[in-house]
Amino acid sequence: MNILVCVKRVPLTGGKIVLTDDERAISTRHLGFTISPHEECGAEEAIRIIEAHGGTSTVLTLGPPEAEEQLRDMMAIGIDRAVHLVTDGGEWDPQATAAAIVAAIRAEDEPYDLILFGNESADAGNYQVAIRVAHALGLPCVTGVKGLGVDGGSLRCEQEVAGGRDVFLVPMPAVVTVKEGLNLPRYPSVPGRLRAKRKPLAASTPERPDPQLEMMRLVLPPGSGKQVEVLGRGPEAAPAVVGVLQELGLV
Amino acid sequence: MTALVFVDGGDEELSAQALTFARGLGEELHAVVVGAPAAPERLGEFGVSVVHLASGLESYAPAAWAQAVVELISRVVPDVVVGPGTERGNEVLAHVAAKTDQPMAANCVSVSPGGTATVTRVRWGGSLLEEARLHGSPLLVTVAPHAVAAETIAGGADSRPAAIAEFAPTVAEADLVVRVSERIGAAASGVSLSDADVVVSGGRGVGSAEGFAVIEELAELLSAAVGCSRAVTSAGWRPHTDQVGQTGTKISPEIYIACGISGATQHMAGCKGAKKLLAINPDGEASIYAHADYAVIGDLHEVVPAISAAIRKARGA
Ligand SMILES: Cc1cc2nc3c(=O)[nH]c(=O)nc-3n(C[C@H](O)[C@H](O)[C@H](O)COP(=O)(O)OP(=O)(O)OC[C@H]3O[C@@H](n4cnc5c(N)ncnc54)[C@H](O)[C@@H]3O)c2cc1C
Ligand SMILES: Nc1ncnc2c1ncn2[C@@H]1O[C@H](COP(=O)(O)O)[C@@H](O)[C@H]1O
Repeated sequence: MNILVCVKRVPLTGGKIVLTDDERAISTRHLGFTISPHEECGAEEAIRIIEAHGGTSTVLTLGPPEAEEQLRDMMAIGIDRAVHLVTDGGEWDPQATAAAIVAAIRAEDEPYDLILFGNESADAGNYQVAIRVAHALGLPCVTGVKGLGVDGGSLRCEQEVAGGRDVFLVPMPAVVTVKEGLNLPRYPSVPGRLRAKRKPLAASTPERPDPQLEMMRLVLPPGSGKQVEVLGRGPEAAPAVVGVLQELGLV
Repeated sequence: MTALVFVDGGDEELSAQALTFARGLGEELHAVVVGAPAAPERLGEFGVSVVHLASGLESYAPAAWAQAVVELISRVVPDVVVGPGTERGNEVLAHVAAKTDQPMAANCVSVSPGGTATVTRVRWGGSLLEEARLHGSPLLVTVAPHAVAAETIAGGADSRPAAIAEFAPTVAEADLVVRVSERIGAAASGVSLSDADVVVSGGRGVGSAEGFAVIEELAELLSAAVGCSRAVTSAGWRPHTDQVGQTGTKISPEIYIACGISGATQHMAGCKGAKKLLAINPDGEASIYAHADYAVIGDLHEVVPAISAAIRKARGA
């Protein structure tokens, strides 16, 4: 089996988002970086399938030079190799992102049996890169998968819906987007981190086409404007809490 | 301006919101429904003049359903195609975008068509907004949940019923490879997190899986669902089905009681719909207090049992 998982580097914002002066990005001066939890589950699933069936797992990102950090993180938990499509850090719209990923997949020596994505990216949440990639490659695409089984040449995909799970049976090669909850991703070990430094990483620099969904400005949504009422400190506050619950008719 | 709305039969409320949103954009409103909807002519209440009913595609097949929309685009020639911001709305519109090689903007809160169309859309699960130009034709957008309230047109129920136009889209075999083959029912267990009127959540501050006993006790007393933060699911203390947030469940209870949760933007993205928020945290500077209606500054392991005891006392038990 040959499996690809696509991940996107995003800032790990804490309790409050601060924008840069030009309002085109999140100010990251005091922030670390990560990928979407959905994508972490995608990487974990790729590693588990390869452990069970043999083969090679690859992680791909389109992002700035610093995104090598996220590729090494994924190799530290067990992904075998990485593909880095290096950008200058500017915004790539979903069509351009998908086109670059498609070109990178076509340029590989071996075709992929399974291409995994997050259901949506953590920051932009465009809900479409995977579907565009699948369409361009002529592959079936199942989204929002929370249960994945490999059976010979086909996949059993389960999607959570109101009232249960929908099952999709598709032949490989296929594109699958996954959601957090599919598995519990492992943490990297120290030897894993050391091994990751020596794993192969292929970098190239794609050309960015003109954006069709062209981000102009980021805007912070209006605050709640709430004024918090301190009911008290410690257990002595319990009667005041009950008072609030009584007002709501719960007690 | 003509708008074509993809109606997601699985979510009447968000589809009604999408219809209301689209009515604000166009003079003429068409709807496309795949499958077998109940009383499609009643979409006239939302100002729809024609409902296009695609036949022959009853079980969900995203690429095939999108093909039905693509076929209609060439017939109706809409200026804008709108979908609800549901899983299926986003998925079908993304397939339409891929098939027509047009840009698509997911989860919009506003759309201004015109020379160069601009949209405002949701990022980071609602913690941030983006203003963007959308250079496509037709414009392909989905509507962020609760960006508008669903409203029928004046006269509502007495309005003219929509005309029904049935059609059988021509769908390639490849578009039917991905389709629902089976529905497994979920084992109903307790109060569902997304529909609960009261949610009691624990975060890293709970300290361990066993520590959740106090959270469960309070939840039981209030007939509440138990929730948690991602720090908790990552530690393996609770299943992911309990996680509230951007990559967990979105909740909208009457009151949300958040214990030992710092208030990261990705957590708050899941509880914006809560009417009231009570936070329990010893750190008076915790970000969650910026979103809270009520605060108890303190250790949850002391405060939560005291609340449970006080509830029992108030009930005379
Ligand atoms: C793309 C993305 C998606 C994410 N999605 C989600 C999501 O869906 N849901 C989610 O929750 N997170 C999500 N996260 C993670 C999020 O960023 C935070 O890491 C997480 O919410 C922190 O959980 P926490 O508040 O429990 O832990 P912490 O941030 O560590 O906070 C623990 C809090 O407990 C308090 N505390 C300590 N001891 C006690 C005590 N004895 N009594 C009371 N309080 C105490 C502390 O003062 C502190 O405020 C996501 C992150 C990313 C990058
Ligand atoms: N810059 C990127 N590099 C690699 N993969 C990406 C990138 N952007 C998006 N993806 C993948 O596409 C998925 C869906 O993204 P989106 O369409 O933006 O919601 C993500 O979860 C990733 O798996």
